[in-house]
Amino acid sequence: MIGGVAWSTLGDLTLRHLYLAGLPLLIGLVLSVPLGWLAARVRWLGPPLIAGTGLMYTIPSLALFILLPLVLGTQVLSDVNVLVAMVIYTVALLTRSVADGFASVPAPVRQAATAMGYGELRRVGAVDLPLAIPVIAAGLRVAAVSNVSIVSIAALIGVSQLGQLFTDGFNRNAMGPILVGIVACVALAVALDALIVLVATLLTPWSRRRVPA
Amino acid sequence: MIRFEHVTKRYPDGTVAVDDLSLAVPRGGITVLVGPSGCGKTTTLRMVNRMVEPTEGRITIDDDDITARPAAELRRSIGYVIQHAGLFPHRTVLANVMTVPRLLGWDRPRARTAAMEAIEKVGLTADQARRYPAQLSGGQQQRVGVARALASGPDLVLMDEPFSAVDPLVRADLQQEVRRLQRDLGITVVLVTHDIDEALTLGDSVAVMRQGGHLAQFATPADLLAEPADDFVASFVGKDRGYRALGFADVRVTPRAERSVQVGEQVRAGSGWVLVTDGSGMPLGWVDGTGWGGPVREDRLHRLGAVASPDDSARALLDAALSSPSGRGVVVADGRVVGTVTTQDVLGGLDRRHSVGSVGKDAEHTVGSVGVVEESGRVEGDAP
Repeated sequence: MIGGVAWSTLGDLTLRHLYLAGLPLLIGLVLSVPLGWLAARVRWLGPPLIAGTGLMYTIPSLALFILLPLVLGTQVLSDVNVLVAMVIYTVALLTRSVADGFASVPAPVRQAATAMGYGELRRVGAVDLPLAIPVIAAGLRVAAVSNVSIVSIAALIGVSQLGQLFTDGFNRNAMGPILVGIVACVALAVALDALIVLVATLLTPWSRRRVPA
Repeated sequence: MIRFEHVTKRYPDGTVAVDDLSLAVPRGGITVLVGPSGCGKTTTLRMVNRMVEPTEGRITIDDDDITARPAAELRRSIGYVIQHAGLFPHRTVLANVMTVPRLLGWDRPRARTAAMEAIEKVGLTADQARRYPAQLSGGQQQRVGVARALASGPDLVLMDEPFSAVDPLVRADLQQEVRRLQRDLGITVVLVTHDIDEALTLGDSVAVMRQGGHLAQFATPADLLAEPADDFVASFVGKDRGYRALGFADVRVTPRAERSVQVGEQVRAGSGWVLVTDGSGMPLGWVDGTGWGGPVREDRLHRLGAVASPDDSARALLDAALSSPSGRGVVVADGRVVGTVTTQDVLGGLDRRHSVGSVGKDAEHTVGSVGVVEESGRVEGDAP
């Protein structure tokens, strides 16, 4: 027990929280790459696409959790509602980052790749995307922390994760679970953040080696 | 050969980058496209590998229309060196150079072998091949850019301002390197620059373009200097074009015999400037024996000045004379002093030529007999 919360409960809730915040992060990333690429590639499409996806972030999460079952035809208590909502928020944050990432690829590098004989799609995979990783990773870190925070609100519609400790604490007028929940959320956010930094570093070995002075 | 037939590039906003260009770039050698910014030289270059598509006209390479095959396939057959190298920062030097061979579908070992050969050709080491571009200097990066363009062994290499971002010393090195590679590999190089000196130094033929994408003149460097087609070309090649034309002028000058001493030997006061060589006849410098005499020590040596070879241009010979403290330019063949020339000798040689033909027009007259000095003489009374 810690702060009136059983360790096993805390473990279960943390895993649930990780699942509800982390899986949408991956799905959102996969969706954002083509969207961000389109925004960077097609001049007239960029501003509306980035503004449009960005606006989705302003939809209040509670409203989205409540509305989605009506739109998707899912059960009110289904995880799917939360997962879809979190994917929407991830895409909202990441599309701009991905577009910025593609825009950060130096023009001479892109031109050289084309002049070497890369087709467009092949070049995006082999040259543009790897070079966009640092900027995309920066966006992903923001999205990860945001997801961990927003997911807790799903406790209000009865989907269990760390946010449940807040509602419990509130209902029972007990500080213990609330403090435990806050610490666990922060720890989870920090862990996810560190994981993203680690993976991005491993994927960009060239940025670690600098000119020997 | 690359042939432009009435090629025009007009952008949607009405800007004409290249206007009705007809040009036949010869096979082999270096053809330079030069002109002020906005003259369409880079656009012209980029139309060759279809980075830019012409609005009108057509371009052929060896009589094949370049639009006959997919652009990506065409590009893989043409080497391309871009300004600032444009290397892939996320790939090692070796992987960068392997790019085109891999795109051509060569297996890894074959691509690697070809890439290593190209890397050695441009004077880089296996150790440097393992590094990332950011770990190399600007000049080395540009060399990688050249290696990447050569790796798959293309006949044709396009270079877009390849040396503009490196410092002048490195640039001179790279220019020589490109000249050497072009000769060794027998490839055709089309190079874009805004630098008329670079164009005249490197080009076998030079296309001068002017604002609005017009071809002003297409000629050899010597002809450009001797007979500019119009005022634009005349002003673009520069005010001192008469002097620069000396760089392409052969002049028959027989070097005068020059006495020399070696370090440790005596120079008598009043003997004037004396040339110092090492045991093999290689020039080391000058000693000033005007008001000084004694054994020659290294610390008494004055700079040699520029050294010319017997078949150098009038410009190089003149420069040797002008930069020598003695006023006598040292002429060296096979690392040994063969004599010296004065400005009078060179100018006299030029005057004689003008009675024969105009500067740059008589390339068939090579430097005539160059008198080779027997053994270098000794300063009088120079007793060991």
